[in-house]
Amino acid sequence: MSTFEEHTAGFLAIELDGAGYEDLARAVLAAESAGFHVATFADAPVPGRVNALQRAAYAGPVTRNIALVPEVDTVYTEPFHISTQLASLDYVSGGRAGWIATAAEAPEAAAAVGRSFVEGDALAQEAAASIEVGRRLWDSWEDDAVIRDVATGRYIDVDKLHYVDFETPADFAGPGYSVKGPSIIPRPLQGQLPVLAAASLVGDGQVPVDAVDAVLVSAPTPELLAAEVRHVRARLGASVAIVAELDVVLDSRGQAAASRSDTSQDDGRARFVGSAAGLTDYLDSLLKEADGVRLHPASLAVELDELARLVLPELRRRGSLRAPTQDGTFRGLLGLGRAENRYSTSAAAAAAAGK
Amino acid sequence: MTQHNRAIFQPSGQIQFGIFFQGVNSGTIWKAPESGSQTDFESFRRIVQTAERGKFAAFFLGEGLRLREHLGRPHALDVVGRPDAQTMLAALAAVTTNIGLVATQNTTYNDPADLAHRLSSLDLISGGRAAWNVVTTDNAWTGANFRRGGYLDHADRYKHAEAFVETAKRIWDSWETSAGPARRVLHEGRHYTVDVSPRLPRSAQYRPVLFQAGDSPEGRNFAARQADVIFSAHPKFDDAVEFRRDIVARSVDAGRGANAVQIMPASEFILAATDREAQEKKAWVRSLQIGPQQAIAYLEQFWGRELTEYDSDGPLPEIDPVVEETSETRGSGFHGAKARQLADQWRAEAKDKGLSIRQFVTSRTARVDATFTGSYTAVADHLAQFARVGAVDGFNISPWLIPTGLDDIVNHLVPELQERGVYPTEYRGTTLRENLGLETPVRSNEPVQV
Ligand SMILES: Cc1cc2nc3c(=O)[nH]c(=O)nc-3n(C[C@H](O)[C@H](O)[C@H](O)COP(=O)(O)O)c2cc1C
Repeated sequence: MSTFEEHTAGFLAIELDGAGYEDLARAVLAAESAGFHVATFADAPVPGRVNALQRAAYAGPVTRNIALVPEVDTVYTEPFHISTQLASLDYVSGGRAGWIATAAEAPEAAAAVGRSFVEGDALAQEAAASIEVGRRLWDSWEDDAVIRDVATGRYIDVDKLHYVDFETPADFAGPGYSVKGPSIIPRPLQGQLPVLAAASLVGDGQVPVDAVDAVLVSAPTPELLAAEVRHVRARLGASVAIVAELDVVLDSRGQAAASRSDTSQDDGRARFVGSAAGLTDYLDSLLKEADGVRLHPASLAVELDELARLVLPELRRRGSLRAPTQDGTFRGLLGLGRAENRYSTSAAAAAAAGK
Repeated sequence: MTQHNRAIFQPSGQIQFGIFFQGVNSGTIWKAPESGSQTDFESFRRIVQTAERGKFAAFFLGEGLRLREHLGRPHALDVVGRPDAQTMLAALAAVTTNIGLVATQNTTYNDPADLAHRLSSLDLISGGRAAWNVVTTDNAWTGANFRRGGYLDHADRYKHAEAFVETAKRIWDSWETSAGPARRVLHEGRHYTVDVSPRLPRSAQYRPVLFQAGDSPEGRNFAARQADVIFSAHPKFDDAVEFRRDIVARSVDAGRGANAVQIMPASEFILAATDREAQEKKAWVRSLQIGPQQAIAYLEQFWGRELTEYDSDGPLPEIDPVVEETSETRGSGFHGAKARQLADQWRAEAKDKGLSIRQFVTSRTARVDATFTGSYTAVADHLAQFARVGAVDGFNISPWLIPTGLDDIVNHLVPELQERGVYPTEYRGTTLRENLGLETPVRSNEPVQV
């Protein structure tokens, strides 16, 4: 993907976990009008937090430009359901859906579905399998499978539907499984949804680099973050977009950020604590290294306001942040063209010709 | 209310409508120029908003977890491919305010804690408008898409479903107050173990409304014990009255009130200004639903082989069915072993009555006809009769056209029903439970299990 090497201005994502369900429409609209390119929805197991994918779906008809990207676990969930749900999210958002593929590490997640607890290397194996199932199912309908041919009475061209016949690999750590296919929903609008995963899950012996479109990079401090971004880019190559993860606590309404920063909870992410002007300078330099930054505001209401008024306009003025595109797809934002279907006639012909 | 009153059924004198957006199968006409996309969000938005304008109680989505096949391949003639129910309904929650949002979800291919959590999510996001239509379809063929595979014996499916629903109810019941804390829910069963600390509070309607679709005696008992509403297959008047009597008896036996379980049959409406126009319209609709290819394909399901060389206007095929392969076609509820016997029977019947393949197939499918055909006024009079005796609580309408298929119902039939005083003129409230007039569940006093 040469676009990332050329390095255009970057994009900004905002994590909306704190919006809850009552304020969701307002929060996602505020994020969109502030100029954020992506809204993400954490699947945090905290009281009161509703399903991330459904929050993203609800946000679909409310918005027009912002990409909607839920976290969905790969370990204790059904890959077939996830694939269908995410494809549906793409339909209800007009091609703005993505997937942060996570691998649940909490024993509680295993107990809830009565499965044995998965840890260590097996987590990446589960994630890799689930992503592979998702991608194969998205391709299992070719783009032009629905033909509505009145003369022959055929609604679909059966030759353009494919069984995916997925099987977990022989060295699979957990209980192996298979998925037959095809999907129960036509190919998503984007063809393939962009898949994101934590950089720590991706690489040799883990989730293959070419299975994901972007990785989320964390470092313990803001100072170390840019170096970690460079390190991950060197490790994974130029084919994936790099998104840096950053907690933000800003001075606001006469209150110093430091007084609002809860240091007792360590989520493993770098945390910027300070003024809007300071954050603007920091993001300006960080966006020279990373393709995008995902911000995790300490308090959505407080930080989103500061970001919208002071940070994003200035970043755009300096040219380090892209202007939002109207009615674009999430793939478009990542500089990805429409995905070729692995089963399409031209793809098959290319494979047959040994290309 | 006294015990005596609770055991006697009281008609409400009202009917309600739901819409069943099927999304698949042969019921929806796709060949007419006015038929739109079956998957674009715009089709769903258009039809749910029309339904809400017509004060419909609920918007339903079905579920099929494997594509229907015909002779071992996906079925080419029917509408096929539809979005995930809950994802679509979460999006529709954003563009509606009062209508109920019903997701058909299978008990065999979901995990109880996960499904209960997602249904709660939909309920909270929609402000208390979610419902779950519980279905129990199970077979290794569908299981091939899931981690567990086809793990469940058919005989066990309702036992399994009931444990599943009970677990879900305990999860929804677990919240102490609207602010928590939740009680931990444990379930140890033959097929799965659940150990979960629920995370979501009760919704404005306490918990999702439960619909049930299934017609066997086990299915009816299950509904009588667990469901709020039955999505039934009995829309004709006498049959509906008989079904009501049966469900009232089963509900009372289950220790619930005679009115505890509502009934909404699946139905289709073909309406026009006059009865004659409506009959003509019906012929047109049927010709587009069952064309020559559909008639042949219908027989192919039972013959288990290609019959494309046969003329749909000619007699039934002389060749015998391939017994082993007939059960490859899903959704027919047909068992392969009886194929030859059935073919002999059908050939004899068609010959007797002088029916072509197409005429025969049309007569077969008419036997399960759930269609109300007629002028707006005639159908309104007929429905008022259902309301008077309480044969049903409402109808779950499958439009034969997407996305404009409710327009004539909302514009012409609903006002006629409102004039007759048998259909709501306003939503009673903002939750589905309120709009259906269902009682709020009582929280079980089940002790905390640790
Ligand atoms: C009106 C109606 C609608 C149904 N819709 C669905 C559906 O959308 N998805 C599904 O898997 N099963 C559906 N079913 C099937 C039932 O869940 C059940 O599996 C089937 O009726 C057999 O159960 P029974 O033996 O109790 O009748 C439906 C059944 C009825 C009567």
